[in-house]
Amino acid sequence: MNLDTGKNAIIRLFNVTKQYGGKPALQNVSLDIEPGEFVFISGPSGAGKSTLLKVLYLAETVSDGQILIDGMNLARISPARLPFLRRRFGMVFQDFKLIPTLTVFDNVALALDVAGKKPSFIKKKVMHVLRITGMETKVHELPPTLSGGEQQRVAVARAVAGDPDIILADEPTGSLDQASARRVLEILLAYHKKGGTILVASHHLQQLQTVVTGRSIVLEKGRLVSATRLEPYAT
Amino acid sequence: MIRYFHKALADIRSNRFLNLVTMVTIALSILMVSLFVLFFETLGRIMDGWNQEGRAMVYLTPEFTTDIRPELESAITRLDGVVRVAFVSKDQALARLKNQMAGSNRFLDTLKENPLPHAFEIQIQSRDGFESVAAAVRQIKSLDMVESVEYGREWLVRVFDLFQLFRLTGYVMCVLFLLIAFFITASTVRLVFHSRQSEVEIMRLVGATDRFIKMPFYVTGLIQGAVGGILGLLILFIAYLAVSSGISRSMGELFHLDVRFLSVTAMGGIWGVSTFLGWFGCYLSLRQLLK
Repeated sequence: MNLDTGKNAIIRLFNVTKQYGGKPALQNVSLDIEPGEFVFISGPSGAGKSTLLKVLYLAETVSDGQILIDGMNLARISPARLPFLRRRFGMVFQDFKLIPTLTVFDNVALALDVAGKKPSFIKKKVMHVLRITGMETKVHELPPTLSGGEQQRVAVARAVAGDPDIILADEPTGSLDQASARRVLEILLAYHKKGGTILVASHHLQQLQTVVTGRSIVLEKGRLVSATRLEPYAT
Repeated sequence: MIRYFHKALADIRSNRFLNLVTMVTIALSILMVSLFVLFFETLGRIMDGWNQEGRAMVYLTPEFTTDIRPELESAITRLDGVVRVAFVSKDQALARLKNQMAGSNRFLDTLKENPLPHAFEIQIQSRDGFESVAAAVRQIKSLDMVESVEYGREWLVRVFDLFQLFRLTGYVMCVLFLLIAFFITASTVRLVFHSRQSEVEIMRLVGATDRFIKMPFYVTGLIQGAVGGILGLLILFIAYLAVSSGISRSMGELFHLDVRFLSVTAMGGIWGVSTFLGWFGCYLSLRQLLK
């Protein structure tokens, strides 16, 4: 199913299929995502939501089909170019994926450090994103000493620190209480308002779609079964 | 580079025990290697001393008369490698003998005539081993009026052969110790890498290049090798200070003993090899792990 055929799409999937040991996780998924779109990906467990995100940042390679990111064919990306592709994404995971031995500051700084930014710039930028996420008072803390909500805010801070074009969030609120989940979503929304393209894979679609205009994509058994425009509910 | 150095120091701090074990192992290996080098440098100097101070006695025939001494002396002096020629007349030789046999030389007074021959005491300098000495001796033997040439070549050659074999064994041992240091470093890197596998995965997810991931490991390897090398040399130097004066005192009378610590070149070489091994262990391990 090809929803939009926008020529300016930042992400384009053409009949993407991904199989694990013969079992399909994604089947002929075709999709265009415009720059600045907020896209919700929902569906039951095992529907292929996480797989869809993984093939975008090349944690997995597709079994068939093609993916273009800003016109760049992922099938043609050499291993040496992969890090540069990943710097165009900010990633948020349900399990946060923070380095437990690094402080909050260093975890966020990592996204800029790998890109070879200068220490003075890194310091300024990290403090800025930590202020936005409300974590500026925890800069010297280690992740294990923080609550789940706080860790996810640090993860979001890291995701937005490098000003990526696209944010991929895989169940970003899955393990958070309602207040923390709302806080994380607000940060993602703020980034979206600045023009960021955001893809969120989540079970908690209702919670997410109440606050933003975007597109909802539903996956079932690896197939894209529906795509609808969303308008925020009055809150 | 400075940031990688800081990261490496942080990594060493967070894996103190493993890194300490590696550095101590490298230090012990380097200690053994340096000990061998010190031993062979010292023994080599002693052997060179013997080699360079090769003395020989040229015994002359009974037909020799002192008239022909200048001619023969100059013929011997002209030979390659001969650095000193001193004539020892038969009377001088007898006087020396009497002197050496002080206390039991009465029977020498009963001799009707001096049985000792005239001789030249010569010193041959070896530039490239015993072959040049042997060639000089052969040439002296072929001269007129020369009865025989006595030169302690046989036993010296055997000692030198033994020394060469000993030195070869030492080098093999050195290589083995260096291999131990190398494998320990490589194993530590593997252990540290596996303990940081999830960290490396996260780095990759945020766009770290292989170089960014590897560099702190390389710097850690270099630090381990460098510190281990310095530690090994330091232990040897302390041991040397404690032992060398005693050795010089007790054995210096037996033969000329030139005991010195390792030369700056040797120390630099050993330290360089140690540092290189630290890095090389990392390099090979990471090459496999980050395929």
